[in-house]
Amino acid sequence: MQSFKAAAPHTTPDMFCHSSFFLRGDDDFNPANAFHHDDSVDLSSSSIFSLKSSNVDVVGNSLHYDAFNTGIRAAEIVSSGTGCLDTGQFMYQKGTTLGNGHIENWGDSGLADNSQQTDSSTDVDTDDKNQLQHGAIITVDQSKLKTGDQKTLRRLAQNREAARKSRLRKKAYVQQLESSRLRLTQLEQELQKARQQGIFIASGLSGGHGLSVSGNGEEVFDTVLGVCSWCLTSFFFFRSFLYKLSQMISSHGLMVILPAALAFDMDYAHWLNEHQRLINDLRSGLNSHLGDGELRILVESVMAHYDEVFKLKNIGVKADAFHMLSGMWKTPAERCFMWLGGFRSSELLKILGNHLEPLTDQQLMGICNLQQSSQQAEDALSQGMEALQQALVYTLSSACLGPTASGNVADYMSQMAIAMSKLATLENFLHQADLLRHQTLQQMHRILTTRQAARALLVFSDYNSRLRALSSLWLARPRH
Amino acid sequence: MYSYMGMGMGSDPMERLVKLASESAVVIFSVSSCCMCHAVKRLFCGMGVNPAVYELDQDPRGKELERALMRLLGNSQAVPVVFIGGKLIGSMDRVMASHINGTLVPLLKEAGALWL
Repeated sequence: MQSFKAAAPHTTPDMFCHSSFFLRGDDDFNPANAFHHDDSVDLSSSSIFSLKSSNVDVVGNSLHYDAFNTGIRAAEIVSSGTGCLDTGQFMYQKGTTLGNGHIENWGDSGLADNSQQTDSSTDVDTDDKNQLQHGAIITVDQSKLKTGDQKTLRRLAQNREAARKSRLRKKAYVQQLESSRLRLTQLEQELQKARQQGIFIASGLSGGHGLSVSGNGEEVFDTVLGVCSWCLTSFFFFRSFLYKLSQMISSHGLMVILPAALAFDMDYAHWLNEHQRLINDLRSGLNSHLGDGELRILVESVMAHYDEVFKLKNIGVKADAFHMLSGMWKTPAERCFMWLGGFRSSELLKILGNHLEPLTDQQLMGICNLQQSSQQAEDALSQGMEALQQALVYTLSSACLGPTASGNVADYMSQMAIAMSKLATLENFLHQADLLRHQTLQQMHRILTTRQAARALLVFSDYNSRLRALSSLWLARPRH
Repeated sequence: MYSYMGMGMGSDPMERLVKLASESAVVIFSVSSCCMCHAVKRLFCGMGVNPAVYELDQDPRGKELERALMRLLGNSQAVPVVFIGGKLIGSMDRVMASHINGTLVPLLKEAGALWL
């Protein structure tokens, strides 16, 4: 019993316990752990990957996304709150039961004792192969033996038995290993499919090489599962905390599975922190009168960082367009002035106002043209959106859907299909709006000198952070 | 504002496209129920341009033209597609990008669609 305990350092039988076994060679093969592994594999089959779910997708690790298509049954991949919690409970329960089962098994077979007593069972093993048949009995002139010899003989026989059983268990274990490897490949494929169909996956692996679990996986996962269950059931998402958690898990080569909206929120919060850091660097650079070369590097890094947020938004729109449109990932004041999932491209230059002066004539013309073209493009997209809403209203209020209709299902379905296709174009509008914003920023950067661009980025960033501060003040205002 | 398509005599859809595209300074291939097409039309009208619009869903051979456009652009959205001065500009994203970076207006002027 004791050796068994010692072999499994964690009292909770974790589903990822088996991960450490992949790394062990034959020399370390410990039958005790083999059985433990059996049950670990069972656990993993009822693990996170095969839970029932509603609409849950997987979390994004910032900036390592692949492109997505649409339409998987996310239902099979991951579970939402309660499901996760259930599984958590289920796993812990199952674990304990099996834990007891282990011990019972050992007790029954009585092999543990033998293994403990014999230090050199493997040595006996080799001898066994070379000299004796499986289960052969040595015929000896017993009268010549002392009692000690008899004891020794008995002990040797027991050793052979133990070794034989050990070999059988090893064979069983290897077979289990193979089948769980197959399962792993299956799961990887499922995950790959899920990834393609609008689901985020946070993992420390690049290029989707599949699951490889490091030795420390168990403890991390235990904690994470417990925490995630708690978090989800308490309906209280600590975004940056969860982000750091998912980063920690990713660094261990594990995966975190979260809803797409939450995934985006977390990634965006992280992006914002990083953005603030870069802006502060830029500010101190500008104030310390750096040379143009160094200032340019700082400006370029801020611009490159903006590229990242547009990539994030692109993925977010494809995964959950309504969440992006809702702006729930922004603070209330920001949300109020939002347009099609972000800032108004025409407003960027209005915010910059006089801060860019002095401007050359050519620059002035460029800025005026940019102001005009961004306004025109924005108006065009707005009118397109209005047309979309009109079409939706018309479709959903169509006469054949009225109470007087004879309940014509075919008509209803066809009208719904039209409405669905209209909604699908919503993604396209959000995408175009993001493109417009991105291009307006880039054109502004092209027109301005390095120093002017630095000032512009600072002004724009300050405006946004003031808007966020306004939100906080508003939310904290005393009410009578 | 909207022109009607001439009835080509069994010509290859791609040829028809090119022919139609070169008949006016600004040509937009559209579908009447498409909202993004509406946005493109509004963009040009807002600039004071008078584009020739072909509604493919109102043409008996519109499906062929749609397929040809999809092949031309290499994506699943056939419309909207914009030609300026007979040259292919592209879909909404390309039109907007060229407007923002300042290349659209010179193209329009060159094609005679805009006078300043």
